[in-house]
Parts: sequence; C-alpha cells; structure tokens
Amino acid sequence: MTEKDIEIQKVIESLSPNERKIIPYLEGSTFKGLDEKTTIGKTAIMRALEFLSNKKIIQISIKKERIIELGINGLTYKKQGLPERRLANVIAEKTTISIPDAMSKSGISDNEFKAALGALKRKALINLVNGNIILTGKKEALVEKSLEEKFLETLPKNTDQLEPQEKYSLDKLKSRKNIIDIQDKKTVSFKPTDLGREIMQQNLTPTKDMIEQLTPEILKSGRWKGKKFRRYDLTSPVPRINGGKRHFVNQATDYAKKIWTDMGFKEMSGNMTQSSFWNFDVLFTPQDHPVREMQDTFFIKDKIAKLPDNKFVTEVKKAHEGKIPGSIGWQYNWKDKEAKKVALRTHTTCLSAKTLKEISQTKEFPAKYFSVGKVFRNETLDWSHGFEFNQTEGIVIDENATFGQLIGYLTKFFNKMGFDKIRVRPGYFPYTEPSVEVDYFNPVKKAWVELVGAGMFRPELTIPIFGRHIPVLAWGMGFDRMITKFFNIKDLREMFKNDINKLRDMKIWDK
Amino acid sequence: MTILTLNKKQLESKIGKMTEDLQNKISMFGTPIEEVTDNEVSIEVFPNRPDLLSFQGFVRAITAFLKKPGLKTYKVEKPQKDYQVTIENSVKKVRPFTACAIIKGLKFDEEKIKEVVEIQEKLHGSYGRNRKKLAVGVYPLEEITLPIKFLALKPESIRFQPLEFPREINGRQILSQHPTGREYGHLLEGADIYPIFIDGAGEVLSMPPIINSHKTGKINEKTKDIFIECSGFHKEYLKKTLNMIVTALADMGGKIYAMEVIDKTKEISPQLSPEKMPFSIEYINKNLGLDLKEKEIKSLLAKMGIGYVKEKNKPTALIPAYRTDILHEVDLVEEVAIAYGYDKFDPIIPKISTIGQEDPESIKKRKIAQILAGLGLQEISTYHLSTKEKQFKKINKDYKSADIIEVIDSKTENNILRNSLLANSIQILSENSDASYPQKIFELGRIFFTDNKTETGVEESENLCITLCHEKANFTELKQILDYLMRMLDKKYEMKETSHPSFIEGRCGKISIDNKDIGIIGEIKPIVLKNNKIKMPTASIEIKINAF
Repeated sequence: MTEKDIEIQKVIESLSPNERKIIPYLEGSTFKGLDEKTTIGKTAIMRALEFLSNKKIIQISIKKERIIELGINGLTYKKQGLPERRLANVIAEKTTISIPDAMSKSGISDNEFKAALGALKRKALINLVNGNIILTGKKEALVEKSLEEKFLETLPKNTDQLEPQEKYSLDKLKSRKNIIDIQDKKTVSFKPTDLGREIMQQNLTPTKDMIEQLTPEILKSGRWKGKKFRRYDLTSPVPRINGGKRHFVNQATDYAKKIWTDMGFKEMSGNMTQSSFWNFDVLFTPQDHPVREMQDTFFIKDKIAKLPDNKFVTEVKKAHEGKIPGSIGWQYNWKDKEAKKVALRTHTTCLSAKTLKEISQTKEFPAKYFSVGKVFRNETLDWSHGFEFNQTEGIVIDENATFGQLIGYLTKFFNKMGFDKIRVRPGYFPYTEPSVEVDYFNPVKKAWVELVGAGMFRPELTIPIFGRHIPVLAWGMGFDRMITKFFNIKDLREMFKNDINKLRDMKIWDK
Repeated sequence: MTILTLNKKQLESKIGKMTEDLQNKISMFGTPIEEVTDNEVSIEVFPNRPDLLSFQGFVRAITAFLKKPGLKTYKVEKPQKDYQVTIENSVKKVRPFTACAIIKGLKFDEEKIKEVVEIQEKLHGSYGRNRKKLAVGVYPLEEITLPIKFLALKPESIRFQPLEFPREINGRQILSQHPTGREYGHLLEGADIYPIFIDGAGEVLSMPPIINSHKTGKINEKTKDIFIECSGFHKEYLKKTLNMIVTALADMGGKIYAMEVIDKTKEISPQLSPEKMPFSIEYINKNLGLDLKEKEIKSLLAKMGIGYVKEKNKPTALIPAYRTDILHEVDLVEEVAIAYGYDKFDPIIPKISTIGQEDPESIKKRKIAQILAGLGLQEISTYHLSTKEKQFKKINKDYKSADIIEVIDSKTENNILRNSLLANSIQILSENSDASYPQKIFELGRIFFTDNKTETGVEESENLCITLCHEKANFTELKQILDYLMRMLDKKYEMKETSHPSFIEGRCGKISIDNKDIGIIGEIKPIVLKNNKIKMPTASIEIKINAF
C-alpha cells in the first residue's frame, strides 16, 4: 500500500454510519437530494456534511441571500389590490367624493386610508378641499398600475437583482406595515473533493470488523477482540454543555468574606429594613442631613419603628443636642418622630452600630467584626446608576486602637483585595473623626480613584453606646466597581439582569 | 458633593504653580482635586468646611497649611450711629433670628459681584440646606437708610419690586410670579405672615429667604459699602455663616464694622474672636498612636489655621470664629493628623487575637449554593425592590394591603419590597425564553413581609427558590432535588398537599420540618406560564432556610 492508500484507509475508518450513507450520493447532488435519497433526516445530514467537510471529503459553500417576499398584508393586497388602488378606483368613478364616502366605498381601514391618500397625493393625482377628495390628475394616470404594484407582482425576488425603480418601490413598501417581508436565506451546496471522489470508489459498507460504539454487551461477550474501532475526528466541535455555578456577584462576595475571616474578623448580619434611629441617629447623622431626605433614601410607607430602651435613646438625643460632656453636638431639637421612620439601610454601618450595642453588654472586646451586604439608595436606573449596591464594612473595637492602626488595616485589607498602590487622605463622614478616604491608583486612567471611606467613630457615637469613649476603627466600601471591573461589565444593570446565556458563559471569580 | 471652582491663574499667584506635588498636597489637606484645566482648578469641599467655599476662604486655609501657619485675626470696627438692626416680635414666629454686619471700602467689578453671589449661593446650597436653615442677603449701603428693622407682615401688605422684576408686587404674588419665589416659596408655606427687612425710610430691603428688593438690594459696580444679614432659625449657625462671609470680604479688602442687633437684649455682631477649646496632649497622642510634644502640636495646629495658648496651665486651641467643624476635642485630633500628614503614619497591625468567623446563616447559604451548583443549577440574583404587577398579578396571586411594603417616592417603577423569590424567578425565566433549555435556576435571598411585632413592622426571611423549566420539568424532578438537598443537610421533611394560586391543583405541596411549615413546592399553572410567555413546563419550590 502506498502512503496515500494508508491515508485513505484511515479516513474510511473514521467514517460514521451516517457519513457512509450519504457519500455515495455526493456527486452532483443537492441538500434536498440527499434528504430524498437517504432516511437519516435533515439535521443528521447537515452534521454529516460538516464532518465530511472537516475530513476534506467535500467542499461546502454557503450562499447567503436576502429574499423579498410578500408579507401578510401583501398577500391580501395581491388579491384585493393595494389600498390606494381601491381608493383610486372609487375616485376614478366620481372625480369628487367626500372622505367618509370614499372610505366606506373603498372599504379600507382608517390607517390604510391615510396611507392610500398619501400615496395618491404624492403622485399629484388628487387634492383635498373642504373634506372632499378631488381628482386633479388625469383619469388615465389614476388607473395606470403604479411602480409598487408592478414590483409586488414580481415577488419573490432576490435583493441583488433589483432595478433602480424596484429599489424605490421597495423603500416605499418597506415603510408600510407587513406588505413585504425580507428573509435571509442560506443555501448550502457541496461537491466532493479529489479525496472524496477516491473514497466514493471504495467499498464503504462497514465490515463486521469495525466497532462503532463500545457497549456493555460487546464488553461482556468479548466481541471486541481483534476488531477495529471507527476513528473519531478529534477536532470536530461537540455540543455545548453548561454547569451549575454561583451568581458572579456572590462569587465575589464569598471572596470578600474570606479576606475578612483570614484577618480574624467575625461576620455581622441583620435586616435590610432599619429604623432611622439605627441607620442615622446612632451614627450621629443630624436629622436635617440631606441623606435623610426622601430623594436620597428609601423610606417605608406607613411604618413606625419601635425605639430601644429610653435611656439609650435619651443618650443619643443628648449627643445630637450637644449635651454630652465635651461636645457641642449639632445644636438642634432632636425628635424621636424622625428616628422612628423606617428605611432601607443606606449602609451596613447600622449593623456595626447594633453590634457595638451588643458588645456594650457582653464587654467582649477587643473584637473585630465585618459585614457584607446589600444597601439601598433612591436612584434612577440606567447604565451607571442603580438603587441596590453591595457593600462591605469592618470595625475594630479596641481600647488601644489608634489612627496608625486604621491605616495599617486599610493597607493590609486592600493589598489582599489586589490593590497595591493606595493613598490615604482626609475625608469626611458625620460619624467618624478622624475621617479617611482611600484611593487606589488606576494605571489606565493614570489617576487616583476613590475606593473606600473610613475613620474612627466619634465619641458622640460611642459614648451613648458604651457610656464612655472606646476607640472603634471602621471602614466600608462599595465593591460593585471591583466586580464590574473584573467581569468587564459596562452596564450596572447587568449585575441584576440574569441573562442566563451570559451567566452560563461568564468566567469564574479567580481569587 | 460641593465642588468649588477656582481661577487657576489667581490661585497660582497665591500658592504657586499647580504641579503634581502641589495637587497632591491640596488633596492631602482634605480638599481633593477634582479637575485641573488650563484655566480652572476644581476641588471638592466636604460639608463640614463651609468656610472653604470661597476663593478667599480656601486660599486663607491652604496658605496656612503650605507656607504661612497661624491663626489669622480680623479687626472689627465699633458700630457707628444708627448701625442697628431691631428684631421685632412679629418675626419671632416665622424667622426668629438674624446676624448682621457692615463692610466698607470694597471695590466691586463684574467678577467680584459674581463672586459674592456665588459665595452666597454655595452657602445656601450646602450649610443653609437650600435656604431651609438660613439665608444670606447683601445690600448696597448707599441705597439704604439706617437703622433697620426685621419684622413680619401679612403677605398682602408687603409691596416692593423684587430683584430683576419689572414692577412692584405683593408678598404673595412674589411666590407665584417671581422665578425665585416659585423655587423657594415652599419655605414659607403655611405662614400667615412673611418676614421682611425694612430700612429707616420704610423701604423694604428683602423678604427672606426668598428675594431682595431691586431698588435697595442689588449691588453694582459703584457699590463700595454693604450691609449683610443672615437670617434663620438657629443663632449659632447664623453667626458662623456671617463670619464666613465677612472674613472673605475682609480678605477682598473690605473693613468690617459691627452692628447692634437688638432682640430681647442688645448684641454686637459680628463677633470674630476665636473660640477656646481646652484639650489634652495625651488624648491626641493616644488617638493617633504618636508621641508628639506640645511644641509640635502647637505648630501642627498652626498649619491648620488654629491658634494655641495655655490657659490655667491647660493647652487650649483658639479656633477661628468661622469654623463650624470643631465640635469636640476629637476634631482637633483630626486637625493634627492632617497637618502631620496622613501619608506619614506608619501602618500598624496590632497583635490582638480574634477569631475570624462567618455568620452561621451565611455558611448555610453557601453550602446550599454549593450543593445546588453541583446538581447543575445556575444561581441568579435579583432586585429586592419590585412591582405589584410582578410580585402578584403575573403569578396569579391576589394581595391584601398588609402584603404590600411600599417605599415612598421611588425614582423607578420598583416601589415595593419583594414578598417572594418565586415571582422573581418566573420573571427571569420570562426574560430568558431565547436561552437554551433546560433552564434550572435558584436564588438565595431576602423576602419581606409585614409583622407588627418586630422593631420596624417588617420581618425579613432568608429564602431559597429553585425553578426548573424545560420540556420535561415536573414535580418528580424537583422533589428529587429537594430530597437530595435535605439528605445533604441531614434534615427530614414532610410533604402535605396544599393549594396555591401559582401552582397546579393536586401537584402542589406544603413542606414542613419538625411540624414547622418551611415552604411550598409544585408545578406552575399554565396560566402563569402564559402570563409570562414561558414556553416550557415549569416546577418551583420556595422555602425559608432560616426556619430549619
């Protein structure tokens, strides 16, 4: 055997039963022809053809065409005439006719009537005077077939074969509802290659020596002994499968949790609906602060929250009013009515506040806590805005905590998060002092980008809770930006879109 | 976020060229650079520093920080004859306080006038809470006759020509006809009398917080001396605001004259002597983790424009009369930290032993997600806010008012909190009818319902919803998943027949563990599938995971 013969033999061994079935009919045949001559069905033929093409047995060419066909209305009009034709017929009879009469006589609908009038007016055949339609053109011109009508008669037609006046008609008809329908058509044709022709000469009836699929029965009987297995085309594509996985936002959330627990932080959790007392007042946010207005925060209708014990509420009130030692506060009359408004939490700091209150009872500190959760802001919804966000936050309660430690934690935390170059600069929050903002250096934009807010809780926050000031370091950040950056998401809404195809195809969070 | 935009050339003439290093220093002062263009420098001013909201205020502070440390003092001349403002009883009910001053010897040009208006507007917008808390008026002294009265009248009896308006109208008409009146009219809503300033000749100067008079309340290029008032509800805030403006005007070259504000008592206004705050050096060091000496702290405070004295042997900070942000000793800690430089602190991680731990509920959620992902299910994550249509109508459910937890004035159509995950899963299937089947999804998340026993009247539950949607999706397949999940979680559940508007009768079960209902399972009714244009049979389960 020559080398070429061996090659041909190998190809033959790789042929599947379906491929073997269609090979004899390849020469001069069409797709339809194959379907008639074999019984394996269109899908199987298409697949077999692809495989044969991969094996260089045939050459496939696909021709794409755009075919103009009659649409639903087009089919009706072909029988009854276009609306303007039917209107023209009525006008040709009368030369002057009132609109309602013309409408009822032509028997066309409101919308069609408008279109028909427009078409005739454009051709300067009619005019409208005092609600009457008057024939202004020649009667002959009115009865003559229009370009559109002529064009409709020639359908179906390929878009490549249009004469200029047909293109004009196509444009006019395209703008009208369902008169024409343009379809993309794919025609597959094929012809055997030289290799294919040689293979066609061979006997393709599978010998008994060839095993297609190994089965338990073959294994049991031992029939496989001394037989050949059909060769597979290892490069041919296989149908796609999808696995189950977590939503990408939760993959990122899990990672954030891991960093916190690695650093010795314990998780806090709690409700998304919170009283303004916990979300704002305990956090020393004055009651007239803009964030407490409806255009910024979601308040829940018809709900009034219960406040904690009177003693604590009074301490918080005193802090706001400037009545705790050493602080002038915000100097206004604090009202419990404002504190009782129920809101969707605007930050997870309310969970930190509640945790501190618990610790004030257990006295278990030094302690480190973190939270990861959704927060809400009354915002519009577009590619760069949303009303739900993912936030993470940590606190360190320690009698000996210092500002230098805050900077230490921030540096470590963000290095773990993958931000090597960060900058800590002054910031402002009503409930921290000193306050900090952390920027990271974005090497693409060549600029500092804000990442996180942080600080040490003010005495006006800690004294009402603990009865004295205990240093608490705190920092919180939205991490949606990190998620969108990693997954290359341009539109914030995609975080909630749940496009199943996209979810299936997205890479996994690799940290 | 308040942005202050400064003329670059003017700024550079005061503090030097806008190099990268200088920009970084400005950010490290607590006024992050927003943008530097050929002609302008924009900085962000945090809400605690309204005193920085003018070119003068910012330059004063940054100059002390960069090169000329120390407390800047301002001289206030004694009041001259008739430099008086009397607060009459009538105004007490609607706008009880005012703080006033006179500035002389200013040189106005078009730019300067614009600048003064801008300072006013910036203060109105931020510190003044859109004029709700306070409003500032500036008047050419040449056009008015002293002394001045602050009183309130019925709106119909107030008549003057408001700024940039063609004719005289009354107080009520101002609110309906003048653009500024329309914008701020709500601030006088419900009042039967409106506050006004009138001068010694009986001319109306303004109707705060709305508008000045065109005749007596408009400064122009010929104006040299001005009268300033700041009116509102809280004396301390008014005084500080007045101080911010008069010091900025003094920095423009004006001379400050005091006035007598006559209320129940007579008070001199403005008062620019610094406030004293005693503090402890140990406290500052303890908070910062530093070991600064008195001398160092003194010079660091000076960089922040704050003076230092020792009173009765106690270190005392002298805080400029226009600063509003020093409420407590801790605020001095930050001043020292900024002057020291946030970038100069050594990052320290203390050795305190704490144990990292995830919340048990969090762990449970993660485990469930892993089990389900192992079965080939895709997790989804949807909005907590939704619509009545999606939460109820689309899944064939009726609702009572107690089922609706509504948010006020939502900016989107989503104005209720979701009360099931099922509705969201159905919506997601509906939106994904072009994705290939089988579609097997799950969500772990919060749902909300009314419970008046809780702190907020809202109870939240952590739920799991699994939904299968494909040609052969049915109860059996879903129950297999439930079986597997419960086996893995080592829980025994019971199933009883029940009915639910979203599920097919006879194929809908109630799931319970230890006699406690935890949720519902079944095949979705064809009408629900049709409502949502879902083309395939669908089976769903929703259970409360914190109930077992």
